[in-house]
This record gives sequence, structure tokens and C-alpha cells, in this order.
Amino acid sequence: MSFGTEYRDPQVARRYLERLAQHTAGRTAPITLMEVCGTHTMAIYQHGIRGLLPPGIRLVSGPGCPVCVTPVSYIDRAVALARRPGTIIATFGDMIRVPGSSSSLLLEQAGGAQVRIVYSTLDALALARKNPQQQIVFLGVGFETTAPTIAGAITTAQAEGLTNFFVLCAHKTMPAPMAALTADPELKVDAYLCPAHVSAIIGADAYRFLAEDRHIPCVVTGFEPLDILQGIDMAVEQILHNVARVDIQYRRFVKPEGNRKAQALLGEVFEPCDAEWRGLGMIPGSGLRLRPEFSSFDAETALTIMVEPAREQPGCRCGAILKGQITPKDCPLFGKMCTPENPVGACMVSSEGTCAAEYKYGSN
Amino acid sequence: MCLGVPMQVKEISGNVARCEIDGVKREASLMMLEDVEVGDFVLIHAGFAIEKLDPDQAEETLAMFRAILSEGGGPT
Repeated sequence: MSFGTEYRDPQVARRYLERLAQHTAGRTAPITLMEVCGTHTMAIYQHGIRGLLPPGIRLVSGPGCPVCVTPVSYIDRAVALARRPGTIIATFGDMIRVPGSSSSLLLEQAGGAQVRIVYSTLDALALARKNPQQQIVFLGVGFETTAPTIAGAITTAQAEGLTNFFVLCAHKTMPAPMAALTADPELKVDAYLCPAHVSAIIGADAYRFLAEDRHIPCVVTGFEPLDILQGIDMAVEQILHNVARVDIQYRRFVKPEGNRKAQALLGEVFEPCDAEWRGLGMIPGSGLRLRPEFSSFDAETALTIMVEPAREQPGCRCGAILKGQITPKDCPLFGKMCTPENPVGACMVSSEGTCAAEYKYGSN
Repeated sequence: MCLGVPMQVKEISGNVARCEIDGVKREASLMMLEDVEVGDFVLIHAGFAIEKLDPDQAEETLAMFRAILSEGGGPT
């Protein structure tokens, strides 16, 4: 089996584009689809899909880049922990360049702090085993795809009796912000392309309330270019037939009920909480925090530090970009003061941020 | 951040699978899956296998690609 070519055949792509052009010809208003997930945003830019679509279909990017929606106050706390003697910060790579109120993990690292980029929470556990005199703080950022891997690390640490492994937790969950965006009168979205790998965990049924109660078509879509075109085609079909349901394009990995074992692991370690989303504000029940029985692993309560008051970067429009209200080029800082080398906002930092994708692959 | 890579399981030892795709080899935790066998394709995310590939569904999607291609350039 090859995953490189079967889902990237240009002839099939051309046929989908022709069909989309036929189906949307003569419509007075364009169809607006939101790709919720940052990995979709990156794939769509990378394959030039926006530019290939007929004028009757508009794609807007959503809030599905975990690094981008992490509030400044979290970065400030991570920076303060990095300054704490005897502490090693372990993190996925994207986080280290995100600017906080007055510093970033990269600046702290340059100043001598121990900040290590890891590929997996299991690597962070290995760090904890190897450095028993140090406290390892893993930056727990990510949606339901990633949160079970943190839960797995915590249950493993507990089973091994590791007492120097901690998580600074800012996990968020997906359907809630989609519901919040749906309620925003400034944003008109005709259908959602739902995240691929979040859905592998939570299952396609998690979006049913959006289709059934709010009448928004949803299509769980894979990340390969033909997955995306087929997902768009399925969303447009629903819109043209004036129906709203949850379709799964990415059937090879996503089931209606999701991965029950991963869900059980999530539920064992985490409980829902209200969470602050950069750009979207506080959304009830949209975050995950450690259950009280795992509080000894919680960096926020177990390791006391002083954190500076949070301050957003002036002029940064990340908030409006994360809501799909403006595109990167509408931001006065984009490409001038804010570049991937010297990012002002999180959307330019993360490799799957909308601004980083526009800067790297955009037309100008 | 939600990137996942499909890889084939080559060897299983306890809860760890040795996986491979296009010559790239990686170990992945099987903590989140049940009934994984050597030869299965699994989706790897940050060191964990998070789902098994359903080969029948994969074939169905590919069959739809072939079908749209055979429709040719005519009206649909």
C-alpha cells in the first residue's frame, strides 16, 4: 500500500475540480467552508487547493491550531517555569518560539534555561528517568489527538512511581469552539470540514449536534489532497441538497464512535473545564484539566512560581484570523513586522498557523 | 500538531510496535489500541498508534477516485 500517490493523483483532482465548478456555476453567493484544523490549513496551502477551487467556493481557516489558540498567560507560565532552578521544559517544537508577554522559551533557552524539544511524551518520560534530580515539565498543548498521549504518559509515570514528571496542561477539545463560531453572527460558514485525527479519537458522532441542532453540514476529511477535494465535494453536495448531516470522507481511519480505548484513557486522567482560547475568549467546557487524583503531576499546582501579568502584542490580529474573520494579508503586521523568523503572533509561529502557511505558500 | 503517519506494524513486543513505512522505522506505543497484529497499518501520532487502518474502507475511497475518473469529462 502506498500513501504517497493514491491520494494525490492529479487526474482525479482535476475531475473533482471540474465537478465542483459545474455544481457551483450560476450561484449568486459563494459557498463558504471552514477547514477547522490547522493541519488541513497547511495541507490546503501546500497543495495550492485554494487557488484551484472555482470562484463559487471559499475556504476559511478555523481555530484548529493548538499552538495558535494557547493564551499568552500560558506561555508566560512556561517561561517562568523554565527560569525555575532544577527544571527541564520538554515540549513539542512549535511552542518554543511563541512570544509571551516579555520573553519566549527560545530566549530563555538562549539565556541558559533547559528547554528540550521532544517528539513524544514518551521521550519526556525518558528524560525524567534519566534526570531524577530534576523536575521535567511537559507542555501539554493539543486537542483530542494529542491529549491521550499525555494521559498515557501520566498513567505510565504513575505506574513507575516517577515523581519528577509534570504536565503544564492547556489541552482543548474540538466540537465546542465550532459551536461557538456557529453562534457568531459575523461569521457565515455553510459547512465544516472537520479535523481528521481529532475525529479518529472522538468519532464523527461528536459533531452530530452541529448538523442536527444547528443545521450545519459536517464532513470529517483526511489530510491528503484528494481527501480534501472529496471532502469539499461531499460538503457541497449536502449544501446543494439542503441537508445537514455528518459525513465521513476519511473512513479508513475514522469511525462514528471513534477510538473508545483512547477516550477511556482521556476520561481516566482528564476532566472537562472551561478554557480560554486566544482570539475566541473563554469557551465553557472546551478544555481538559487533570483530575484531582492526578494533581501531583500538575505543574500549575505542584510547582509554585511567580508569573508576570499577561500582555497581548499590540497590533496583532491573530484573534480575528483564528475566527476566520480576516485573512493574514488583512493584518498590518503580516510579512512586515511579523515574519516566520521574527513572529509577533502565534499564527505566524506554528508551522500550521494560517499566517505561517500564507507566508510560505501564499500567492504573493 | 495533529499530524499522523500511517505505518505498517513489523514486530510487536509487549505494548510496543516496531513500525515501518517507505524505509522509515519507528517504535510506537500500542496503549490506545486493541488487537493489533503484525502486518496491520496503524496511524502514528507523537509516538502512539492512535487508530488502525480499515483496509476495506480505504479500498472503497480509492474505488470512488477511480469512478470519478472514469466519468471522464462529460456532464455529471
